[in-house]
Amino acid sequence: MTASSPHQPDIAVEMRNIVKRFPGVVANDHVTFIAKSGEIHALLGENGAGKSTLMNVLSGLYAPDEGEIWIYGRHVVFRSPSDAIAAGVGMVHQHFRLVPTLTVVENVILGLDEPRFHLNLTQARAKILELSQQYGLKVDPDAYIWQLSVGEQQRVEIIKALYRGARILILDEPTAVLTPQETVVLFKTLRSMAQEGHTIIFISHKLDEVMSIADRVTVLRQGKVVATVNIEEVTKEKLAEMMVGRPVIFRIEKPRLQPGQEVLRVEDVHARNDKGLPALRGISFVVRSHEIVGIAGVSGNGQTELAEVLYGLRPVEKGHIYLYGKDITQASTREIIREGVAHIPEDRHKEGSLADMSLSENLILKHYRRPPVAQGPLIRWAYVREFARKLIQRFQIMAPGIHTKARLLSGGNLQKLILARELSSEPGLIIAMHPTQGLDVGATEAVRKQLIAERGKGAGVLLISEDLDEVMQLSDRILVIYEGEIMGEVPADRADRNQIGLMMAGQRQS
Amino acid sequence: MQRLSRVRLERRLTTPWWLSWVIPLLSVALALLVGALIIASQGVNPWQAYRAMFQGAFGSGYGVAETLVKAIPLMLAGLGVSVAFRMKLWNIGAEGQLWMGAWAAAGVGLFLYPAWHLSPWLAILLMMIAAILAGGLWAAIPGVLKGVWQVNEIITSLMLNYVAISWVLYFVDILWRDPGGLGFPNTAPLDKAIWLPKLTWLPLLPKGHRVHAGLLLAVLAAVFLWFLLNRTKWGYEVRVIGENRDAARHAGMPIVRNIIIVMFLSGALAGLAGMAEMAGVAHRLQRGLSPGYGYTAIIVAWLAKLNPFGVLLVAILFGGLLVAGDQIQLTMNLPRSIADILQGLILFFVLGGEVFSRYRLRLR
Repeated sequence: MTASSPHQPDIAVEMRNIVKRFPGVVANDHVTFIAKSGEIHALLGENGAGKSTLMNVLSGLYAPDEGEIWIYGRHVVFRSPSDAIAAGVGMVHQHFRLVPTLTVVENVILGLDEPRFHLNLTQARAKILELSQQYGLKVDPDAYIWQLSVGEQQRVEIIKALYRGARILILDEPTAVLTPQETVVLFKTLRSMAQEGHTIIFISHKLDEVMSIADRVTVLRQGKVVATVNIEEVTKEKLAEMMVGRPVIFRIEKPRLQPGQEVLRVEDVHARNDKGLPALRGISFVVRSHEIVGIAGVSGNGQTELAEVLYGLRPVEKGHIYLYGKDITQASTREIIREGVAHIPEDRHKEGSLADMSLSENLILKHYRRPPVAQGPLIRWAYVREFARKLIQRFQIMAPGIHTKARLLSGGNLQKLILARELSSEPGLIIAMHPTQGLDVGATEAVRKQLIAERGKGAGVLLISEDLDEVMQLSDRILVIYEGEIMGEVPADRADRNQIGLMMAGQRQS
Repeated sequence: MQRLSRVRLERRLTTPWWLSWVIPLLSVALALLVGALIIASQGVNPWQAYRAMFQGAFGSGYGVAETLVKAIPLMLAGLGVSVAFRMKLWNIGAEGQLWMGAWAAAGVGLFLYPAWHLSPWLAILLMMIAAILAGGLWAAIPGVLKGVWQVNEIITSLMLNYVAISWVLYFVDILWRDPGGLGFPNTAPLDKAIWLPKLTWLPLLPKGHRVHAGLLLAVLAAVFLWFLLNRTKWGYEVRVIGENRDAARHAGMPIVRNIIIVMFLSGALAGLAGMAEMAGVAHRLQRGLSPGYGYTAIIVAWLAKLNPFGVLLVAILFGGLLVAGDQIQLTMNLPRSIADILQGLILFFVLGGEVFSRYRLRLR
C-alpha cells in the first residue's frame, strides 16, 4: 500500500495532500508541504489558516483524514507524538509543557524510559550540557523551571526535543514571549542547528521575523497552500498579500493630537501577585485624554497585576490611583465601571466572555445594572435584543444572530464583541491588555483603528502589550515595565527599538 | 498498515436539536435494560415487574395521586438544588436542609400555634417562613464558608446533613416526643386545622387522595425561580457567575454575596419541602419523614438540566418510581430497593449519555 515517494535525499519532510477536517471546518485542505533537510522553513499564515493543525499532524498529535507523510523518504503513519519523536520530529509548543517544580534535567528526561527502570541523572546532565554548548542553548541543568525566565524555558523545550533525537524541529510562534534581544539569541541558535543539518520549521505570523530568519516560506490561507517560495524572491509586502489575500497597509493613520486633561494618575503603586510576592514596586504614570500610553515589557513583569489594580480586581498595598482627580485606590470594580473605565482583558475567553451564553447576554455584561438595559430589578430583554443587534452591526461582528453562543465566534469576532461591549458606553479611560494577541491581520487592523478612534473622541488609552511593534505603532508615549518598575519613558516618535529592548531586559533609562 | 481501526471521541461544535431528546431517552432505556437484568437475577420476569411498576405509579387514579404526593418534596428540594447548581455550587445538603425546615415548621405548629392562639392560616404562613429560614440558614453555613474562605461546599453541605438529621431526631426521640405516642418515635400530631389543605378539587383523582397544597407551592416556586433567573438582574448575575466566575469578577459582580444568597435560597426551598412533607403528609415530625428526598432531588435537578419546569416533570417521574418500588415489594416479592437501584442506573446512564451530546464517536 505504500506509494513510494520520489525519494530525494535532501528532503526531510514531505507531507502530501493532507486533509484534516474539524466539525464545520476544513482546517487543512489538500496541503502539500515539503521541507528540505538543513533549512529553516517558515510556515506563515493568519490565525485559523491551518498552520498549527498541519504541524500537529506532523508531530503526531492529530491523525490526518487524508494524505500521507514521508520523513527522510520513509513513509510514516504517526499514531501518537511518541511515534513522531521516534521518527525524529520534535515540537516546541507555544505554551510550554514543563513541570515548574522539577529541575531542567528532570524535565528533559521526563517520560523517557531509557534505560528502563533506572534513573541516571548524571548521564542525562552531561548530555544536556553537551547539547547546550553545541547550540548555544545556555541554561543551568540543575535550576528549577520556576526559577527560569521564559526565554530560558524555551531553551529547555528545545533541548528536550534534541535530547529525544529530533532532527526536525517545529517551533510554534517561538518569539511571542521573547524580548528583541532574546529573539536575536534564539535566531542564532536556530541557524547553528540548521547548519548542523537539522530542519527547522518555524510557525509565525510576523513578517519581519520570517524575512530575517527563513530560507524558504510556505504561506497558508484558509487551510490551503498559497505558495512555497525562497525568501530572496519575495518582499514583506508580497508575503502579507499572499497571507491575507489582499494588499495590506502597514501604517495606521494616527492624527497628531494635543493631549487633553489628565484622566488617570497612578502614584507610587505597590501590589503583590497571587503568590504574595511583590509584583508592582512603585509604579507612577499619567494618562491624559486624547492619548495612548503604551506599556511595553516581557510578559510576567507586572502587567497583569497593573491592569488588575487599575480595575479594582487586586488590592493596592501602597500608593494612590486617581481617576479625573478622584481617588479610586480602594474603589470596587463595580464603581470603576460606573466611572466609565473600559477594560479589554488579557484573556478574552476566560475573563472577557461567557462561552455558553448568547451574544446579547455577553453584550450587556457591563450594562445590565442601569437603565436603559435595566428597569428596577428587571432586565428589559426587548431593549437588549435591539441594543445587541445595533452593536453587532456597528462593530461588524460576523455571527448568525444575537442568540448565537459566544463560543462559536472566532477569536477576532470575539474580540470585536468585547470591544463593542466596552466601547459602547463611551469610556473616558480604556485599559487594553494585549488587544490584538492571536488575531489575524484583518481583525488586528480593526481593533487598532477602534482604539485610535476612541483616542480621537477624547478617551485616554492605556495599552499594555507584549507586542513591541504594536506598542510603538499605536502609542503616543511608551513606558517600559520590568519586574514591577517603570524603567523609563520615551515619546513614541523618538522611540528606538534597541533602547526599549534594553529597558525590557531591566536596564534603567540613562 | 492502517488496518487497526480505533474509536475516537470528537468534539461536536453544535448539537442537533433532536439529539438532546434522543440521548436521554436512549439512556433511560439502557438503564431500564440493565435494571431488567438485575430484576431477572431475582427470579422475576422483568417485563412483568416493569409493567407492575408502571401500573402502580401511573395506572390508576390512586397511583397517580400517590406519585404526586411523593413528587412534591422532590419538586421543592429539586428546585432548591437546581438553583445552587446553576451557579456551580454543589449543594449536596438538601436532605439536611429539608429536615431542618420540617423541624422549624413543626416547632411553630406544635408550640407557637397553640401558645399564641394564632389563626390557622397565619400559623401555616409562619410554618412556611420558619421552614424557609431554617433550611436557608442551614444552607447558608456552607455558603459563608465557601464564599469567604473557599471551603469546599460539597463536603460541608454533605456533612451538615448528618448533623441536621441527628439534631432533629434528638427532638423527635426525646424533647418533643409524644408522651401518648405508645412508644413510637414521633411528636404529637399537628392540629388538623393547620395541616396543608388537600387539593380536593383536582380532577380525575379518587376521593380521599392525599395530594396537598404543597403541589401548588412547588409550581409557584418553579415559576418564581424561572422568573428570577431569566428576567431579573440578579438572575443574570447568578447565571453569569455560574458560567464564568472570572468574567463575573471582571464585570464587578458581587460573587461572595451571591454565593451566600443562592445557598440560602437553595436551602430555603429544601426547607419548604420538609415543611410540606411534615404539614401535608406526616402531620407530625417523625423518624423516616424523608426517605432521602434531598438526595433524590440532586438526581432530579440534574436530569432536568436545572430547568425549573423540567424539575417538576422529572420529580413526577421519580415520585412514580418511589411508588412503584412500594408496589413491587407488595405484589412481586421484590425488594423495594430495586427502585433505588433504578434511580441510580438512570442517573448513571443519563450522565454517561451526556458525553454523546458534546462528542461524537468516530471510527478510524
